[in-house]
Amino acid sequence: MAGFLLKRLLQAAFVVVVVTLIVAFAVRLTGDPALMIASGATEITEADLARIREGLGLNEPFLTQYLNTLSGLFTWDFGNSFIGGTPVARLIGSALPATLALAFCAMAVSILLSIPLGIWAAVHKGRGVDQLIRVVSLVGLSFPNFWLATMMVLLFSITLKWLPPSGMVGPASFIMPAATLGVILTATNVRLVRTSMLEVLNSQYIMVARAKGLPERTVLYKHALRNCAIPLITYMGLQFGGLLGGVVVVERVFNWPGMGSLAFDAVASRDYPVLQSVIMVLSTLIVLVNLLVDIAYGLVDPRIRTE
Amino acid sequence: MSRFRSLEFILGAGITLVICGLVLASGWLFPDVGKIDLMARLLPPFQQAGHPFGTDPLGRDVLARAVAGGKISLTVGLVSVAGSVVLGVIMGLVAGYYRGIWDVILMRFADVQLALPFILLAITVIAVIGGSLTNTIILLIVSQWVQYARLVRAQVLALREREFVLAAQAIGVKNRNILFQHLLPNLLGPVIVLMTLNVANNILLESSLTFLGLGVDPTIPSWGGMLAEGRTYLQSAWWVSVFPGLAILFTVLGLNLLGDWLRDQLDPTGRTER
Repeated sequence: MAGFLLKRLLQAAFVVVVVTLIVAFAVRLTGDPALMIASGATEITEADLARIREGLGLNEPFLTQYLNTLSGLFTWDFGNSFIGGTPVARLIGSALPATLALAFCAMAVSILLSIPLGIWAAVHKGRGVDQLIRVVSLVGLSFPNFWLATMMVLLFSITLKWLPPSGMVGPASFIMPAATLGVILTATNVRLVRTSMLEVLNSQYIMVARAKGLPERTVLYKHALRNCAIPLITYMGLQFGGLLGGVVVVERVFNWPGMGSLAFDAVASRDYPVLQSVIMVLSTLIVLVNLLVDIAYGLVDPRIRTE
Repeated sequence: MSRFRSLEFILGAGITLVICGLVLASGWLFPDVGKIDLMARLLPPFQQAGHPFGTDPLGRDVLARAVAGGKISLTVGLVSVAGSVVLGVIMGLVAGYYRGIWDVILMRFADVQLALPFILLAITVIAVIGGSLTNTIILLIVSQWVQYARLVRAQVLALREREFVLAAQAIGVKNRNILFQHLLPNLLGPVIVLMTLNVANNILLESSLTFLGLGVDPTIPSWGGMLAEGRTYLQSAWWVSVFPGLAILFTVLGLNLLGDWLRDQLDPTGRTER
């Protein structure tokens, strides 16, 4: 077990280092941030530029700068924003919870919908219900998330005036963004639940449970569901990265004050410390979630450790 | 030929053919696609002859632009998938057959790709190099080829111990010929399935990028670009946002149906299951 843990930890560390290196390098390619900051000023001398560069730590070698940024992941100090000089950590501190809250709501919606629907389809394999769920889930997979979001705004905010069209103001504003992401995620997960359920339902312990005369409900939701929970959880952990990508886009439609909005504003104003930190924090988070899922899986199922 | 009588195939192939046909014929169907007519701004659908889907804020016909916009989406989808397949299949063959350092590099690359979702990668890269048709395609290739490499590698690992490969090695067939003449034809099925689904997915990604202002030049008609424009007029002119979105939905749905049907035919064991 120790060997497995160590191996996974090293792999995760490697991924974080490579991802952050790519981001740091890409951001450096954009040119001299000092010129960008100074572009608003009327009169600027070489001495001013030098002072700005010194202040931003741009005179350090690339490696030193990179290590400074990387250590920010541990010390939660990412320097200051180019715009207004707010500490980046504070911006992320308010945006990250908004993004994560949305991601978890979407995950919850998809779990609540996809488990009963997937089981229903698996139990009626090949029949009308199964076919219908299969086709509807394909339609769900084909929706552009930002367009589904726009259509929800059109229906529920503009036409029916039931829900606030944008921003994070109270629980009602969670409904549309979470539903948009949740519905699309459900489309993937229904198929997953159906496939793993079909596998489990063919096993002998299910036959035994049925032979004992247990009610079908208990057989499905207790015996069968438990046994397909592990692959489902692993897969949903892997989905986390894609889900965050989706959140980032949908945030734009709903003006959600999360990491996506922060990143887009940073691109627009060329605020590289913010952009770099947002992407580093999000990818580190994805690596961590995958690592935790892997370790949990390894703890539960010894066969994984030796793979 | 009963396999062609499934609902998935008929719907998928039907939708895909109709859309490809319309898009290919768009220059001939709608010769004056981008014509600005400020007298006919934001006309609702079915109000004036010649504008069945209404007009946009500049008086351009929404139907004509929605059809012409398909050119961008289909081009990006097809070219990016072609690029990813070539790169991914070669890397997967080499990594799976020779193992060693290539294999290690590929698998670690796959880890990195998993941790950096496409949209995040795109935001960074587009912020640096700017958005354009070519850059969008390059980004998609860079982020998607690993899927093919992993799929091919996994199959090569299983196939390389099989008798026909061992026999080819024993009679001294060159490695290159084993890779491309003996192994490649045996693993194409799942690759074709993944390609179909990937064209659909890349069309979605391209339209998201363009919608966010990071993809294709907004002056060229494209589905994502039209939706970005339409967002401003959502209150007053729903049709500007509805029709390009439906175009994306149907195109992607057609390809997904086709891919799902192909999977049943070519990859019954579900190696490309999502």
